[in-house]
Amino acid sequence: MSTIAPLKEAADIIKEEGGEIAKLCYQCGTCTAVCPWNRIKSFTVRKLMHQTQLGLVDFEAEDMWTCVVCNNCVDKCPRGVRQVDIMRALRRVIVELGIGGIPDSLRITSKNIAGTGNPLGEPREKRADWAKDLDVKTYTEGTEILYFPCCYQIYDPSLQRVARATVNMLKKADVDFGILGAELSCCGESIRKAGNESLFQSLAQNNIKAFTEAGVKKILVTSPHCYHTFKEEYPELGGNFEVVHLSQYLNELIEAGRLKFTKELNKRVTYHDSCCLGRHMGIYDAPRQNLESIPGLELVEMREYRENALCCGGCAGRIWMETKKGERFSDLRIEQALEVGAEVLAVGCPYCMLNFDDSILTMEKGDTIEIKDIAELVQEVI
Amino acid sequence: MEDKIRIGVYICHCGLNIEGTVDVNAVTEFARGLPSVVMAKDYIYMCSDPGQNMIKEDIKQLGLNRIVVASCSPTLHEHTFRRACQDAGLNPYLFEMANIREHCSWVTEDYGDATEKAKALVGAAVRRVYWHEPLEVREVSVNPNVLVVGGGIAGIQAALEIANSEHMVYLVEREPSIGGHMAQFDKTFPTLDCASCIFTPLLSAVGQHPYIKLLTYSEVEEVSGFIGNFKVKIRKKARYIDEDKCTGCGVCIDKCPWKVDSEFDEGLAKRKAIYTPFPQAVPNTPVIDREHCTYFLKGTCRACEKFCEAKAIDFEQEDTIVEAEVGGIIIATGYDTFDPSVITQYGYGRYDNVLTALQFERISNASGPTAGKIMLKDGSEPKNIAIIHCVGSRDTNYHKYCSRVCCMYALKYSHLIKEKTSAEVYQMYIDMRCFGKGYEEFYERLSNEGVNFIRGKVGEVTDLAINDEEKGKLVVVCEDTLLGSIIRVPVDMVILCTALEAHSDAEEIARLFNISRSADGFFLERHPKLDPVATTTEGVFVVGCCQGPKDIPDTVAQASAAAARVLAMISKGKVEIEATTAAVNEELCSGCRICEILCSYKAISFDEEKEVCRVNEALCKGCGTCGAACPSGAISMNHFKDEQILAQIEALAV
Repeated sequence: MSTIAPLKEAADIIKEEGGEIAKLCYQCGTCTAVCPWNRIKSFTVRKLMHQTQLGLVDFEAEDMWTCVVCNNCVDKCPRGVRQVDIMRALRRVIVELGIGGIPDSLRITSKNIAGTGNPLGEPREKRADWAKDLDVKTYTEGTEILYFPCCYQIYDPSLQRVARATVNMLKKADVDFGILGAELSCCGESIRKAGNESLFQSLAQNNIKAFTEAGVKKILVTSPHCYHTFKEEYPELGGNFEVVHLSQYLNELIEAGRLKFTKELNKRVTYHDSCCLGRHMGIYDAPRQNLESIPGLELVEMREYRENALCCGGCAGRIWMETKKGERFSDLRIEQALEVGAEVLAVGCPYCMLNFDDSILTMEKGDTIEIKDIAELVQEVI
Repeated sequence: MEDKIRIGVYICHCGLNIEGTVDVNAVTEFARGLPSVVMAKDYIYMCSDPGQNMIKEDIKQLGLNRIVVASCSPTLHEHTFRRACQDAGLNPYLFEMANIREHCSWVTEDYGDATEKAKALVGAAVRRVYWHEPLEVREVSVNPNVLVVGGGIAGIQAALEIANSEHMVYLVEREPSIGGHMAQFDKTFPTLDCASCIFTPLLSAVGQHPYIKLLTYSEVEEVSGFIGNFKVKIRKKARYIDEDKCTGCGVCIDKCPWKVDSEFDEGLAKRKAIYTPFPQAVPNTPVIDREHCTYFLKGTCRACEKFCEAKAIDFEQEDTIVEAEVGGIIIATGYDTFDPSVITQYGYGRYDNVLTALQFERISNASGPTAGKIMLKDGSEPKNIAIIHCVGSRDTNYHKYCSRVCCMYALKYSHLIKEKTSAEVYQMYIDMRCFGKGYEEFYERLSNEGVNFIRGKVGEVTDLAINDEEKGKLVVVCEDTLLGSIIRVPVDMVILCTALEAHSDAEEIARLFNISRSADGFFLERHPKLDPVATTTEGVFVVGCCQGPKDIPDTVAQASAAAARVLAMISKGKVEIEATTAAVNEELCSGCRICEILCSYKAISFDEEKEVCRVNEALCKGCGTCGAACPSGAISMNHFKDEQILAQIEALAV
């Protein structure tokens, strides 16, 4: 058995990259106990925190990329240690200092984002193409609200349905909105959590410049990730805009009577709290209010909901990494939805949608349960 | 003003504390040149005996009639120097201190800057002391009666200590019986004494003591006055039973048809609408709970009255107000326990066999809902029990503090379980805090009894089984941090070590008695190390868990300490009232009463006849609010008059 000694230089570097909060950890193990990974394999979050304290992190380990930043540990930690900030700090050390290895899939995605402004590597010029035949105007100074869809909702054919549903709904409610195109890039939220700080900074600067030049004041987003970064992270870089997620905006419209429900949707629906909207941003009620206001809809809760919701497995860049079958949280979550007899699993996040779409395919449950964004459900009744 | 003001100035070095950053010679030289300064000296330690003697000598030899000492903070040595002046025959209020340590040398880095600042502070003190007038400290007598609020172990201990010295104690308890939480306990750690056995003699002693006026089912409603002279109004709630006639036979309780969840049994059993909380209650007179009694709700029943042979039931009884005058007040109102239903992952309230610590205490107690048998809700004996530490404690999401007693009672429960059943016990802990006398030894004893200790804070308690062993069980999931892996322990019963917290109405109690609370919600002591029983309100003391979580030995010690302080006050027979109070010039007072409204200490009263306001010097803290607010300029603050303050400001502004 070899002895070890604390490595101050490593501890200091991690602190510089934002991991200082680890000093508060008193090693109780709550984080490990509540981390969803431990339902599948062993992932000792607590040990990683202690290694961080002493600078004894193994930067080459695969586990550097395991965390999905679902925030369950942060929510339950009795000392207020922000484990997700530490994970990000460790990844920053790897990406910026070149120690350890970055998974190939992440490397490719970073290249895509840096090159074409979106993780799929699709051409930048086609950023507004999804709305070509929808008669949507370009945002100009004075337009009330900018609609900023997630890159996946822009480029991925299966997710464009969400952007389309949103546009349809905004038109029915007579909202003065516009979109922008090639001048914008990916919001950068996930690549930042995956440790690429410099890429995030350049994406954010670019977007802030584009927003400011176009005179943007209020932004509507359909991804909680864009919501989180625009609201919490862009202000640090000088970008102060009013941001609303679709679930919040929908309530505004419904309360102001701008959206009228003319049909019924008689389905048994359960709502999946995405980590980014729920535990990260504290929004649990708004989406439920949306669903409850849809006539005929029966809303049921899964056994793990609100602060205890199970992550789909897609945050912090893991959406771009391959997760083996049998290790997917989204599979477990589909089972939880089936357990309560749901016909529809409602989501408010593109990553959750991607993961669940994939799960019902591989689990062959496509006939039993549907995955729908809240925007889609609303679209069916207006 | 006297003929000639003769000021003596002393600049203290305080070793290197001041001298290291301030040029004390320059400051002394500067002081010498100030108006009315007859002499200025510097010395290494002014607070020492030679230093003080120097002041006394100089007063006599040089006929000094004003003294300035430039040294540390007045909170440390103002009293010392005032006494030195007094010993030399000079009124202690003709003294002024300039703080050139905490306000200067300790907070300034530059030597030049520090010296200039010291000069300014000394100059201000010299200008101010010129205007000082002699003031007399007043004395008020002390009423030898004492009020103790709260009849748990803390209140009982304090009451007995004082009553045994043959002084009268009013012991007020809001429940129908004294006893508090200790009466609920089964055994106490680490000796495993039966709580009732050691406690009930004290309850009897209180009930029979000639010097204790026991007021149960009562609450303090109003407090006025000041140290040595408090006036309190106590509301004795109607029991609807004539205490003089009741024989305590208990037939009324038998015959009452209406059941309510028992607070004493933590909701695990029922009591009647007419009840005594537990068999050894003192006094042994029942109480009718009017919120659940059918007679009060609907006008029917009256079964108790029918069967009472002593004719003691009196539905017409009303609350009475008892007025008392006391010299000191001891607050011993105890604690509440944290409600773990907010921690949804632990399943309290969802699963039948997840219990709080106090609930388990009642189950284990022979006079509890299960007659002391440790059993599950369905009556069967548990084979595996988990005890979860730190539920609501040491947690930034609920209470940051450690509740101090839980590790020890967790060990106690482990022992009781091992003694009465053949169950396996698992303790999920973060640390084992066994700090007291016999506590570590108790921990070793429990290791010896074969209790399983798992170091890890529990993530969840679930009934979702992943294999056959877990079916039908409650599974406790945590990381065994010492093994470095997640462990799932299937058990039949889960006991949550719930945090101790301040009473839900601690805020009202604090306001009533004019005391403060610390950030954790418990009442604030005057000094955490050196004065743990006094509060910032003179004459009011706090003891027991209402001041902070603690075990029985510490509670008893604290209660005796407060009793000693109160007895010291009573034996002296008088207290000194600080002279730096406000004074109303009745000729200038217009009777607008603005000062009365603003006074936070209720120290100002209005004389209806003369239509002027008057300051109660014993209650006045000299805060200055009234002096600043008075539109007629009728209020002056002794020792802080306008001339004094303005002179100080002028000196600093130069």
